[in-house]
Amino acid sequence: MPPAAPRSGDAIFASVERVNAELFTLTYGAIVRQLLTDLEEVEEVNKQLDQMGYNIGIRLIDEFLAKSNVSRCVDFKETAEMIAKVGFKMFLGVTASVMNWDADGTCCSIVLEDNPLVDFVELPDTCQGLYYCNILSGVIRGALEMVAMKTEVTWIRDMLRGDDAYELQVKLLKQVPEEYPYKDDE
Amino acid sequence: MQREDAAQLHQFVLHAALDIVQDLAWTTSAMFLKAIDRFNDLVVSVYVTAGHTRFMLLHDSRNEDGIKSFFQEVHELYIKILLNPLYLPGSRITSSHFDTKVRALARKYL
Repeated sequence: MPPAAPRSGDAIFASVERVNAELFTLTYGAIVRQLLTDLEEVEEVNKQLDQMGYNIGIRLIDEFLAKSNVSRCVDFKETAEMIAKVGFKMFLGVTASVMNWDADGTCCSIVLEDNPLVDFVELPDTCQGLYYCNILSGVIRGALEMVAMKTEVTWIRDMLRGDDAYELQVKLLKQVPEEYPYKDDE
Repeated sequence: MQREDAAQLHQFVLHAALDIVQDLAWTTSAMFLKAIDRFNDLVVSVYVTAGHTRFMLLHDSRNEDGIKSFFQEVHELYIKILLNPLYLPGSRITSSHFDTKVRALARKYL
């Protein structure tokens, strides 16, 4: 059977089962609020959100590859485009854009114009250091680690802090070649 | 001194009217309870939401329809504040955005 052609983000988004956006937003808000109550330290909450995102990402990558039928990405540039155009569209329903490539092609910014996780959210004064969407940085980091890329993902711009868009910086640290788990001479 | 006294008096009148609202809220299924209390020439109008949150307005004019529309729009803004997961219901609303919007509505309807 010939391999199926890669599907566009819109096509996949239209075919997957969807959940009510408000339910999604409110559920995520409840998670963040509970974390704030349990951990109290804003830095701890950021770390925990990132860890949760990581755990989601390592599993999400399989679903992404299964649904989207993309072939192996040639370089990091294509990977970033895939994440922004297909990944974000498929799972969140928003289209992101990739910009600010550096000279080596190892570092770029993914910009989100709107973000369903943060509808109606306003940061109170007690939580000023909170990266509310930190789960997204964990998801990207986890997903890329499962396809042999070690990355570092940080927030550059955050609308809850007064900027005009959400900007994530994705930096490729190294490509980890796949290790064969068995030794040849055993 | 006059202005300070006036502000404190207004606050006192509003708080005194709270008890009246409590009782009145159970007698009617409407959300807008019109003028419920009078003090000299000041009138207190109240709008109760489904969660028994009370919007109270102390005023001296008689523009009832305007006040009703004002309360309805403030109710919608309040719902948006409630949807913020980081807002504790019942606590003080510190959003400057909410503040600006309410003042704009006040200028429009009152």
